[in-house]
Amino acid sequence: MSKQQTIRGASDDKVFDAIVYAIAAVIIVIVLYPLLYIVGASFSDPARVISGEVWLLPKGFTMDAYTNILHDDRIWTGYRNTIFYTVVGTVINILMTLLAAYPLSRPDLPLRNGIMVLITLTMFFGGGLIPTYLLVKDLGMVDTMWALIVPGAIATYNLIVMRTYFQSSIPWELQEAAHIDGCSNWRLLISIILPLSKPILAVMVLFYAVGHWNSFFNALIYIRDEALHPLQLVLREILLISQTAMTDSSSVVGMEDKILLAESIKFAVIIVSSLPVLVMYPFVQRHFVKGVMIGSVKG
Amino acid sequence: MKSAQAEAIPALPRKSSRGSRLLKQMAKRYDLYLMLLLPIAWYLIFHYGPLYGLQIAFKNFNPAKGILGSEWEGFGHFERFFDSYYFWRLLWNTLSINLFSLLIAFPIPIMLALLVNEIRSKRFSKLLQNITYIPHFISVVVIVGILNVFLSPTSGPINMVIEAFGGEPVRFLEEAGWFKTIFIGSNIWQNMGWQSIIYIAALSGVNPQLYEAAKMDGATRLQRIWHVSIPGIAPVIVILLILDIGHFMNIGFEKILLMQNNLNLESSDVISTFVYTTGVLKGEYSYTAAIGLFNSVINLVLLLLVNRIARKTSETSLW
Repeated sequence: MSKQQTIRGASDDKVFDAIVYAIAAVIIVIVLYPLLYIVGASFSDPARVISGEVWLLPKGFTMDAYTNILHDDRIWTGYRNTIFYTVVGTVINILMTLLAAYPLSRPDLPLRNGIMVLITLTMFFGGGLIPTYLLVKDLGMVDTMWALIVPGAIATYNLIVMRTYFQSSIPWELQEAAHIDGCSNWRLLISIILPLSKPILAVMVLFYAVGHWNSFFNALIYIRDEALHPLQLVLREILLISQTAMTDSSSVVGMEDKILLAESIKFAVIIVSSLPVLVMYPFVQRHFVKGVMIGSVKG
Repeated sequence: MKSAQAEAIPALPRKSSRGSRLLKQMAKRYDLYLMLLLPIAWYLIFHYGPLYGLQIAFKNFNPAKGILGSEWEGFGHFERFFDSYYFWRLLWNTLSINLFSLLIAFPIPIMLALLVNEIRSKRFSKLLQNITYIPHFISVVVIVGILNVFLSPTSGPINMVIEAFGGEPVRFLEEAGWFKTIFIGSNIWQNMGWQSIIYIAALSGVNPQLYEAAKMDGATRLQRIWHVSIPGIAPVIVILLILDIGHFMNIGFEKILLMQNNLNLESSDVISTFVYTTGVLKGEYSYTAAIGLFNSVINLVLLLLVNRIARKTSETSLW
């Protein structure tokens, strides 16, 4: 009887496993298919993409779209600007977050809870878009790179994550001992805390850098000068705006070639702009996960 | 011992000495405050500055006169907004997009985590996780670009399938009726993997003995999920639900803006995009600051309400 039961249980288990694997496989296909389709289409003859022939693998293999991009100045400018904003922005992010997170992680800092409340409150209530916009405008940052760097210098969530890490992963006794040996707080931060914080610093660099790379809204409202446009704004123009312009004036003669060109560039542009992040991804994915977990300890 | 001695000191002198001791402690750690100087200044300017600027919601802001110089308007902007023909449309779109997101998109990462937890092969489970994380790193602009080509009525694969089965191609991105479905669906596609991380971590913390005990009692795997896994991660679910509601009125604003066009405006016009187009683009600063304030207040009330309910019913809350 009991033997029969376990046999039945085992076969039930097999059915259950089969269902689990089937669902997982469907999810993998759903997530990957759009991405692979874009890759396939970017290497295809645009005429065959437009006629809907491309499913997955390239049809009429060509690299034309990519060579076209290489000759597009907007992409180059965007790329250069974005790299600049990402590097400078991330350095400032890390410095500011560190300068806030370390003192606030110190249990012996008077008033630290009060300061923490002031900071945490900003996560739940703020002035909103318009007062912020007017402030940045009044500070004279519009149409300068500072508008993309200074207003977002600290992400409160990241600050909390870093502070939690300092509190939970660096023994307080170690810091006290250093103090007794006459170590100043600055030296403590630079020569003891920082070397012990490499994992969290890696996570922070990645969070902030991806944020800079992908952000477009601040540039949309603060940057009008095209020479300062980051990649995402250029992308928006190529991917989203040019399309409506096309459909509006589709009757113009000779439009077909232009539409073909614009269409073929789209796929390649998606690849080219996402590539740096996606190439980096396999190497850093473990760190990202760690960052989310440290955050959730507190969250 | 030392603190006992301190207790013994009479009340009056002790009070003043406590104040001076605090000052002394602060002075001793002046370099920590030095570190905090820039960040605190930044918070005051870039977070509390806009709060101060929010008073223009009750004024007729004139850039030439400045915030203080502009004359008071009272609740005029709010009344104008509530009486406008688009008020209910904006409110309904904002609430419904977020409510549907919460109902549909919130449970999916939980289900994905439960699924990952049931996969026995470590390698396959890692593969599933790593693949579902990928879309999280793609920018909003690119996501909307992908939607455009993927759902294109003339060449997109989805419409090719519809046509292959004899249907008429659908202009997904230009029909108001499809907007919310596509918005929420693509959000799920992009974020389910990333959002499942926390649940997967929480599941790995559930005591394995509970599963063994349930197995002994003859619980099927589905029953074990229902009676062991889900209760095990319930506190995490509640916290994330509260946090989600904390951003209730602002979720996905950038993406909505990018997906918006004149044809789907009827269901894509939300409060935050309206504030952007009318405030930043058309310069009606006071009016849209008032609308933004209305949005923030609703958001805060919702957050406090949900936090309170959670504390009462499940003893898990943010504070």
